[in-house]
Amino acid sequence: MRDLTNEILELIRRTSSSLPPDVEKKLRESVERETPGSAARGALETILKNVELSRAQSTPICQDTGTPIFYVHYPEGWSTRKLKEQIRAAMVEATKKSYMRPNAVDSIYDKNSGNNLGGEDFPSVHFEEVDADEPLVIELMLKGGGCENVGAQYSLPDNRLGAGRDLAGVRKVVLDAVQKAQGQGCAPGVLGVSIGGDRGSAYIKSKEVLFSEMGTRNTDPKLAELEERLTHEANTLGIGPMGFGGQTTVLDTKITGMHRLPASYFVSVSYMCWAYRRRKMTVTGVDVVYE
Amino acid sequence: MREITIPISDDDIRSLKVGEPVLLSGIMVTGRDAAHKWMMETFIKKTREPQGEDLAVYDELKKLLNGAVIYHCGPVVSGLDTKNYKFVAAGPTTSIREEPYQAAVMKHFNVKGVIGKGGMGAKTLQGCAETPGVYFHAIGGAASYIAQQVVRVLGVYKLDFGVPEAMWVIEVKDFPVVVTMDSHGGSQHVVVDDNSRKALDELLAQPY
Repeated sequence: MRDLTNEILELIRRTSSSLPPDVEKKLRESVERETPGSAARGALETILKNVELSRAQSTPICQDTGTPIFYVHYPEGWSTRKLKEQIRAAMVEATKKSYMRPNAVDSIYDKNSGNNLGGEDFPSVHFEEVDADEPLVIELMLKGGGCENVGAQYSLPDNRLGAGRDLAGVRKVVLDAVQKAQGQGCAPGVLGVSIGGDRGSAYIKSKEVLFSEMGTRNTDPKLAELEERLTHEANTLGIGPMGFGGQTTVLDTKITGMHRLPASYFVSVSYMCWAYRRRKMTVTGVDVVYE
Repeated sequence: MREITIPISDDDIRSLKVGEPVLLSGIMVTGRDAAHKWMMETFIKKTREPQGEDLAVYDELKKLLNGAVIYHCGPVVSGLDTKNYKFVAAGPTTSIREEPYQAAVMKHFNVKGVIGKGGMGAKTLQGCAETPGVYFHAIGGAASYIAQQVVRVLGVYKLDFGVPEAMWVIEVKDFPVVVTMDSHGGSQHVVVDDNSRKALDELLAQPY
């Protein structure tokens, strides 16, 4: 089996230092919505300067290089054990090259491992088998701690918000999560929302929806409508970039539904900061393509 | 834009008001969760005995922080092997985690400014009035850009906390920030929180 450590290292470099074009485009559109001379507009202008500088220098967009979340779609016959070893070796090298900050801390002994490896769960790697004749695809998301801390999970009904077990209730709790987050999650953010599942699977799903491109809507028209409505309504809250006040609080919303137990109805919100770092590599034979 | 040099005088601090953009220059010290907990327990509340070099570091920090600025930041630093340190990425971290400690640290060390993101709470706002001091909001995530304003890394304390949690002594030039909490009780964060809560209540009252 081919050793892809260097190619994965390149994926990490690109993810950490080069914001995806769809995210950058959304940020550029947002600048125009803010009043010239306002703190909100100043924040977005600084953000865009930083995006350009990071790409030119191959330095991290954000010093919090986040939880590395890998999704590996591997053709039948590949060794997931070896792929995981290569991902881990690439993480160590990326940390040496300052593409990544040493970010794995032992919670019991408060010790930073220094190389972004920690137990079996750091970095986080998910495997999915595909047919033998399909390419190997590795997706990587880097999700910072500030925005992860403002994520929220609601168990419906929520009496405080008057939120029942339907899409009307979902709308209420998601807006509540955005208001509670204020600027703490590095607004303007992107919302990943899952409806249903159990507490664990639901949070994972709320991150998986964040791999899809900005502006693409759920194929279910009911959810597509709610996605657009939530983005619009969140932007009337006046929180704005960095919580400075302003028009741009949320750049986009992604919603997905999951089956649930009759007894449970969870709404899980993953808040992604503006530094929405996700990249993909596709390996077909000897060719490696990065997106 | 207004330019402020560290150390900052009380007059300058009192003249700063919520909403004002500022370019900061001078020497500051990074400190976040582990550093604040350590300062509080070892030197302010004294519930923990000083260990190793703690007292020597304390003497240095007293000089460095007097009239100066603490930056809530866990940087990416190159040159760890050679000790020829350079800041590669250095945006602010979320400040509210230091809320239990910040006012006491400001008063104990006469810290005039705290830089971070997301703002802080009532206790720190009170600390800003009493010290006096201000809270400067940096642009979260603008890490490469801010690292460029760090002209020199003068040293590091408590590196045993790990690179992000260590206390880095840095010299900055034209570090862009916005005053979001001032020494007169003003807080942009309280205003935005209140207004957004009202807007939320109106949205929640609307039918689906």
